[in-house]
Amino acid sequence: MAKATTADNKAHGESRRDFLQLTAAAFGAVGVGSVAWPLVDTMNPAKDTLALSTTEVDLSPIQVGQSITVMWRGKPVFIRRRTEAEIEEARSVDVSGLIDKQSDAERIERPEWLVVVGICTHLGCVPVGTKTGEVKGDYGGWFCPCHGSHYDTSGRIRKGPAPKNLAVPDYEFLSDTRIKIG
Amino acid sequence: MGSGQREKFDNPVVEWVDSRLPVFTLMQREYGSFPVPKNFNYFWNFGAIAGVMLVTMIVTGIVLAMQYTAHTDLAFDSVERIMRDVNFGWMLRYMHSNGASFFFIAVYIHIFRGMYYGSYKGPRELLWILGVVIFLLMMATAFIGYVLPWGQMSYWGATVITNLFSALPLVGEPIVTWLWGGFSVDNPTLNRFFALHYLLPFVIFAVVFLHVWALHICGSNNPEGIEPKSEQDTVSFHPYYTIKDSFGLLFFLVLYCLFVFFAPDYLGHPDNYIPADPLVTPAHIVPEWYFLPFYAILRAITFEIGIPFTDIVFITAKLGGVIAMFGAIALWFVMPWLDTHPVRSARYRPLYRTFFILLVIDFVALGYIGSQAADAVLFGLPLSVMGLICTAYYFAFFLVILPVLSKKEKVKTLPNSIHDAVLAKNKSHS
Ligand code: HEM
Ligand code: FES
Repeated sequence: MAKATTADNKAHGESRRDFLQLTAAAFGAVGVGSVAWPLVDTMNPAKDTLALSTTEVDLSPIQVGQSITVMWRGKPVFIRRRTEAEIEEARSVDVSGLIDKQSDAERIERPEWLVVVGICTHLGCVPVGTKTGEVKGDYGGWFCPCHGSHYDTSGRIRKGPAPKNLAVPDYEFLSDTRIKIG
Repeated sequence: MGSGQREKFDNPVVEWVDSRLPVFTLMQREYGSFPVPKNFNYFWNFGAIAGVMLVTMIVTGIVLAMQYTAHTDLAFDSVERIMRDVNFGWMLRYMHSNGASFFFIAVYIHIFRGMYYGSYKGPRELLWILGVVIFLLMMATAFIGYVLPWGQMSYWGATVITNLFSALPLVGEPIVTWLWGGFSVDNPTLNRFFALHYLLPFVIFAVVFLHVWALHICGSNNPEGIEPKSEQDTVSFHPYYTIKDSFGLLFFLVLYCLFVFFAPDYLGHPDNYIPADPLVTPAHIVPEWYFLPFYAILRAITFEIGIPFTDIVFITAKLGGVIAMFGAIALWFVMPWLDTHPVRSARYRPLYRTFFILLVIDFVALGYIGSQAADAVLFGLPLSVMGLICTAYYFAFFLVILPVLSKKEKVKTLPNSIHDAVLAKNKSHS
């Protein structure tokens, strides 16, 4: 009998000790985590960086067929005033055959204006084709020289290693000749 | 460490210190009388050489850091100031930038030496793994360091490499933003890279310490790949290998100085003398030479993996490239378990020897392919195809050839002891 009691006590004591150890460890882990997270989070964009996240652009100097590059959040944004032919080309594409399936209408506010982030979705180079005289690639939009991605007049990926279309930033028309990006 | 029997030193100051903290005993035991196989060839110099290069990098780096400014508006100019105005600044910078290259030369030779003579096999697995950790840390340090001068290659190299993480599903984008501290490579990025570039070499130093500790527990491998059996097989580290290491080191340093003083920009890229411009990507982005083989593996994967004839894709080409690149190094970690053949040295494994030499050629070829534009052509063959073939061989070597040879390869007769092997060699010479 005595033997059984000792064993009982031991088992009892052990589970009690296990419980204490586990709770102590759990609290310790929560404590470490709650200090670690702020450290990790300091490395995320700071408030001043976030505050720079809108840019207003005056569109009036841009002629039909011309493009400009503006900076937004440290990245280039391409704004192209498309010609009728370019708009037509962007619309006539069969969406189901695209790498990243999006119709032109999903990518614009007003047909004449194409606004896209000028960063190749492959590994982040800046495609050429914005300045007059630059190569525009096989589809009349942009060409990324880094690993050879071709984008069309809607900024969609058509050929090459990039997986996605050029991103469309959030933007709104403040007036007919002014937009706010971000 | 140092808790065992201690012999008294004659010098009273040394003895006073040593009886309280046995550092002299430790040095004497680990580097003085430490028994080492007597048949090392010059490939065994490169560990010591790499150590000297690490110290060179830390010393020149700390002095450079006193003149360098980690801010996007000032970094490029501060490096130019180091080059033109700071006393001997040009020399420091060239010692540091070429030092990185020579550090990698030493470490690559050191690693491939280990592969040839089977130094990764038991009981040295952990020693080997720590070495691979050092190599990864070096890659991180050198990549981050190259960003600091804030030239075009700095900026675009940083952009392309950090963007690799965006290939990860779901967490990719947040991770990249977190790495950048913004929405592109910018001032927060440069600032943290400098902090990390200062930190990582000391982490490397700590891991090197563990690496050497592990080495002194199991002892050095040697060109015969058999363990020393008696005192006849070993010599004391000092003076035999202190002198041999110094001799090899001098040769190495002469080469290093040739570059530092006579071709300081030969290994660099001219575009890095153009200040970083987030709006213009250089026509041809290349990493530093020591990353080229892995860069070629990254670019070799241009196909996606999914269900054929559907749009379902499990691994995009971009993610595939990233996995292949990191996998290429990750394989080194498990090399002791991929190659379980009981014989270490390639001297006694003719098949392994052949395939290994092919691997080295393959690795160099990958380096060449990585240095060329993605659409380049050589002898009428597109380099991208050759890149894929070389990548395939690289993976086949580790994943197919090593396990098969482990089971099948017949070896040449091993010598009875290191001593016998040395005698046999001397006989054949006379
Ligand atoms: C593992 C050791 C190290 C490696 C592999 C390494 C690598 C590099 C590389 C490749 C560069 C770019 C050189 C150029 O093109 O100009 C660089 C720059 C720099 N490194 Fe290091 N480094 C190491 C240790 C250190 C240490 C310990 C410090 C001390 C803080 C340091 C401070 C700097 C500074 C200030 C620069 C910018 C100036 C310049 O570009 O020359 N480095 N490093
Ligand atoms: S970054 Fe544009 S194609 Fe690779």
